[in-house]
Amino acid sequence: MSAVAHHTSTGLDNRKLAMWTFIGSECLLFGTLISTYLVYQGQSLSGPMPGEILDIPLTSISTFVLLMSSLAMVLALAAVTRADRLWSRVWIFATAALGLVFLGFQAYEFTHFVHEGLTIKTSLFGSTFFVLTGTHGAHVAVGVLLLLTLLVRSFQGKLGPDKAMVVEITGLYWHFVDVVWIVIFTVVYLLS
Amino acid sequence: MTETNAEHKHPGTGTYVTIAAVLTVITLVEVGVFYVPAFEAFLAPILLTLSAAKFALVVMFYMHLKGDHPLFTAILTIPMLIAFGVAIALLFLFGVFTLGGSGA
Repeated sequence: MSAVAHHTSTGLDNRKLAMWTFIGSECLLFGTLISTYLVYQGQSLSGPMPGEILDIPLTSISTFVLLMSSLAMVLALAAVTRADRLWSRVWIFATAALGLVFLGFQAYEFTHFVHEGLTIKTSLFGSTFFVLTGTHGAHVAVGVLLLLTLLVRSFQGKLGPDKAMVVEITGLYWHFVDVVWIVIFTVVYLLS
Repeated sequence: MTETNAEHKHPGTGTYVTIAAVLTVITLVEVGVFYVPAFEAFLAPILLTLSAAKFALVVMFYMHLKGDHPLFTAILTIPMLIAFGVAIALLFLFGVFTLGGSGA
């Protein structure tokens, strides 16, 4: 069964168009935050420096976790589209769980940094790092909430193939969060 | 005509898994390059290229832009280019990048 048709002047689904527009605006938000990080890079006067404190192996694992969550997300969409209730629930749960694991890594990293003396007020590096990665983490947390909402809707029997567009739109948001991390991982962690 | 999942063809599971494998390999290469001193001089261009490749794979295959309406590509690309331009302008403005001379 196909999704309910909404007639629009563009011929495109309004909800999907809205999500892409939102993602476009988010590009500018994260572009600004990443620019700010780069502008102030290497200008800290005190506190732990990036090379002393960033844990590349640990962050590589959390990056892998987020990449795998994107795989789970597309598999969830495929399962919803073919009306496979069991596997749609499994993959939506897996995506949310991997998102939570990523947030766990970030919470551990932030706690470790604070114990090492790096806070948002310590230095330019601390301020720009925590604002950038914290904003990304907040986006991941919102994504996890959206996924858990989808999971509840699925258990209520309200997430059939006719709602595939809702899952696709949630997926767009989730994948965007993933691609932002791809950039952050390179710029903040590997190139610092 | 309204676009629906039935009308909009998505890649299959095999493609999704292959893309995930490629993304994993690229991430491993990134981390490997980071630790090899021989690549130090070329670290930035190599890592930025690999990062761009991962970005493109996710956007094209997982976000389905490859087979989707060109308007969605424009809505993503134009703000990205603006953001990139702003970043480059700020880096010049604050003296991180300079034109042929030393930084501020």
